Amino acid sequence: MNAIIGQPVSRVDGPAKVTGHATYAAEFDLPGLVHAAMVVAPIPRGHIRSVDTAAAERAPGVLAILTHENAPRLPYHQIPQRPQVDAQSGEQLHVLQDAEVRFNGQPVAVAVAETLEQAVHAAELVRIDYARTPALTIFDPARGRPPSEGNVKAGRVPELGRGEAEAALAAAPVRVEARYTHPREHHNAIEPHVTIAHWEGEHLTLYDKTQWVDNDRKEIAHVFGIPEERIRVVSPFVGGAFGSALRTWPHVTLAAMAAQRVGRPVRLELTRRQLYTSIGFRPHSEQHVALGATKDGRLSALKHEVIQQVGRYEEYAETVLSPTSHLYSCPNLLARYRLVEMDTNSPCPMRAPGVVTGVLGLEMAMDELAVELNIDPLELRLRNYAETDEQKGLPWSSKELRACYATAAERFGWSRRRPEPRSMREGDQLVGYGMATAIYHSDRSAATASVALTGNGGAVVRSASSDMGPGTYTSMTQVAAETLGLPLEQVRFELGDTNLPYAPVHGGSVTMASLGNAIVAACGAAQKKLADLARAAQQGPFSGLPSEAVAFHGGGLARADGSGSVVPYAELLRQHNLGWLEAEGSAQPGEETKKYSSAAFGAVFVEVRVDEALGTVRVPRIIGAYDVGRVINPKTARSQCIGGMVGGLGMALEERADWDARFGRVMNANLAEYLVPVNADIGVTEAIFVPNDDRNFNPLGVKGLAEVAICGVAPAIANAVWHATGRRIRQLPITPDVLL
Amino acid sequence: MNRFDYIRPGTVAEAVSAAAVPGSAYLAAGTNLLDLMKIGVARPERLVDLNYLPGLDAIEALPDGGVRIGARVRNADLAQDPGFRRRFPAVAEALLSGASGQLRNMATVGGNLLQRTRCPYFQDTASACNRRAPGSGCDARGGENRLHAVLGWSEACIATHPSDFCVPLVALGAVVEIAGPAGPREVPLADFHLLPGATPERESVLAPGELVTALRLPAEAAGFAAHARYVKLRERTSYAFAVVSAAAALRIEDGRIAAARLALGGVAAKPWRAEAAEAALVGAAPDAAAFQQAAEIALAEARPSGDNAFKIELARRIARRALRLAAAGTPERLPALPASPFAPLSGGLHG
Repeated sequence: MNAIIGQPVSRVDGPAKVTGHATYAAEFDLPGLVHAAMVVAPIPRGHIRSVDTAAAERAPGVLAILTHENAPRLPYHQIPQRPQVDAQSGEQLHVLQDAEVRFNGQPVAVAVAETLEQAVHAAELVRIDYARTPALTIFDPARGRPPSEGNVKAGRVPELGRGEAEAALAAAPVRVEARYTHPREHHNAIEPHVTIAHWEGEHLTLYDKTQWVDNDRKEIAHVFGIPEERIRVVSPFVGGAFGSALRTWPHVTLAAMAAQRVGRPVRLELTRRQLYTSIGFRPHSEQHVALGATKDGRLSALKHEVIQQVGRYEEYAETVLSPTSHLYSCPNLLARYRLVEMDTNSPCPMRAPGVVTGVLGLEMAMDELAVELNIDPLELRLRNYAETDEQKGLPWSSKELRACYATAAERFGWSRRRPEPRSMREGDQLVGYGMATAIYHSDRSAATASVALTGNGGAVVRSASSDMGPGTYTSMTQVAAETLGLPLEQVRFELGDTNLPYAPVHGGSVTMASLGNAIVAACGAAQKKLADLARAAQQGPFSGLPSEAVAFHGGGLARADGSGSVVPYAELLRQHNLGWLEAEGSAQPGEETKKYSSAAFGAVFVEVRVDEALGTVRVPRIIGAYDVGRVINPKTARSQCIGGMVGGLGMALEERADWDARFGRVMNANLAEYLVPVNADIGVTEAIFVPNDDRNFNPLGVKGLAEVAICGVAPAIANAVWHATGRRIRQLPITPDVLL
Repeated sequence: MNRFDYIRPGTVAEAVSAAAVPGSAYLAAGTNLLDLMKIGVARPERLVDLNYLPGLDAIEALPDGGVRIGARVRNADLAQDPGFRRRFPAVAEALLSGASGQLRNMATVGGNLLQRTRCPYFQDTASACNRRAPGSGCDARGGENRLHAVLGWSEACIATHPSDFCVPLVALGAVVEIAGPAGPREVPLADFHLLPGATPERESVLAPGELVTALRLPAEAAGFAAHARYVKLRERTSYAFAVVSAAAALRIEDGRIAAARLALGGVAAKPWRAEAAEAALVGAAPDAAAFQQAAEIALAEARPSGDNAFKIELARRIARRALRLAAAGTPERLPALPASPFAPLSGGLHG
């Protein structure tokens, strides 16, 4: 019964999802539900001179047209400790609170009507006269400035380093230096962002797409200036998010505002085009990497500057320097981070935010250094293996990256690679092998869970967490079932509701390391409560025993010495006339963060085929080996990893927002022209987990694996393209026009 | 989205009469029109729904050896018709390289001819577009125009026609049958679409109320069946519009090209037949030199309309690739990835 953790259990919510029984936010069918449609500004900066809603208000079915002229003034209270998912400086968009236009696509009005079509129609009839003012729509690295104080406090520092990087670089016998760019990228989850807002008196219920119900509630409570207790957020299923649903966006406020105005529940669903401006995106990034090394390939200097776009009304910054600071051993390091203000909606976290960017530049530069040194790219990484986190000056809580390199290289057949570029062919296609390292720092946050042992012998576990796709429902069920000694089928896990115990954000790969341990604690608390009852009873097999004389195993309580029989939970409850028994447990980071640095690691190897005549790149194989600590569910873990590989392939070869600087607008704001990979783009994708169990980091021994899976994929592909063609493409995506 | 009248005619005559009212649009599968209505680009005042018309849905072999395809035949049905596929393999390949399985199951032959451009400025009502709003200007000029036209464009419009299907059709001399208020007529497909000139809003020769009722391929088109290919370059392996594409069809006799057809897609506001290149191929040996020369001729008039000079070279190369593959012979079975320069990747899921 103790082998549920580590089993490739199929998703417990799978049948509900594939049969349509899983209710997503848009699908809550409330009596009297009406619909809202947004009007968005078509200019990048300026203000509204006048609004004419007369025609819109006369349109059939219309219940209200809200603009900055008639919308309620909302207090937008500051949250004392700004949630880490929010921009850490500046001020979020105060929607419909003034006449200013801060970016193209900003909501400036909302139409509410009986049907969606009537709302859309009415929205088109709103006439707005704009005064356009000069806008910052061009990414100019020369305008780069350090992150401001709020971000610095949150760890998004302008500089970090050690030693004397400049001097060491100047003195290095071997140097490489290059610039790398990736464009603005969008999450493009299948499920659009949507909110249903329903006021009942002073109480507001939000059915929302969110990765963090608790924070969603807090944000809206502060925006509206009402106590959190009057708000409930419900979000049982999320159809993909990749970070876009971490924070609370303006449309949630609009839905609540509209519902208040019309006195009916209101649904506001963003259109695909609006998903490019009403939520965030991965910011356009340019970076400069300079590496200095000894002739035998030891890094002596590492300089890395990353410059990213940022909105002007608030400042979202990323941990781009994190991988550079500790991925390799190097005594002299200088990393710098700059932001270029632009008139755009604010960027936000997108899978492995910042880190995927930093890893891209560093891992492409390492490949260039390997060429310069004439050393195998894998060997170069091994020669610079960081035995400790040299920036923090701490040992790793665990690090099995060597095993990752060895396992993936062996599986891939890296030894067959001929070092010379253009040296491998099949038919009329050039073949290239490339590799890169992946890393993502492991964090955990305070979390709580409850466990109810029920009279039917099962258990219900609850926490206000989320499952945007990784399999939270399934893996948490496994953790609870194993801890309680119950079969999987007898445990149910509930999430996605602010009525449940507090959970941290479902992002940053923290969910299992945070909530998993809280569930273990809650299971223990419930067991202890039950054991205490049994020991305190006047009669029965455990009456009067000291606590150390009893133990739970096999789904019930027994004497610790093994004598007597196991009394199942249900039997114990019955003996005490209890229908159920519930307890809460929590877990939080402890001293380990002072003693260790923690990260998930990976090694990614890819093969590309390049048709030189047409400039096309195909990727028949991606093999990754990962150290993510203990793996709770290898099936869902593998799904996460191959999802990351697909995302990384998109980043390398396909994804790009076509930004028209004249208008500050994304022109390919749809899924036909903004390309993400299709099945036919994907060949063999294989994820291998090297054995590890990181008890230094947390009792469950897990690290976290969502983010690390996308890191390293794009640079490995770009490095393979170099190997195939001899051409170093430093600007993503690598499309035929670039390679021709 | 605007309010509109909805009419469901029972006959072609009723349809034509209903749609002769200005502001009308025919609705077939709606795979393009309904999307455009939802984003406010198409705003018909009246929808004339053809889905309940009897007929127009047959694939008929004609006595002279040609074929007539009813305008309401679904793309998937046509592509999967064994006789059609055998005789016009490049057309089947083009059909199967377009859109997705779900869309092909709905989309119709007639509707395919009348697809609107994917130009992002046409698709975005906040942008100036002479095609969508005559006289408003063209924001694609000087904008994001990497994928725009390199042939036949004008100062007023640099958009391309997105159809795959039309490319082999125009190469093979397809004819469009039309019903209209002034009676039936027929137009060669090569003359059906209009280059933008000063009036890009006029996309085809159809007059108000005119309805495409069928397409015909002449008997001689089947004479190319042994050497006919469609090749499409796109920035992902499926479910993407062509950056450039080419349909090539050859009749090879005694080691020489006896007849040649070549058309390009993704390069102009219409499927672009390269007749001068075809003429240059006749009598030549089917070799790389001949194909290179033909490709040069086909693109001789090309010029970039923006950041798209690469498309000229890419179009030459896709033309050469299509000619080379056609010369090698039509494969026994349709390729698993139709029209793709690639074979499927093993290990992946395809379809």
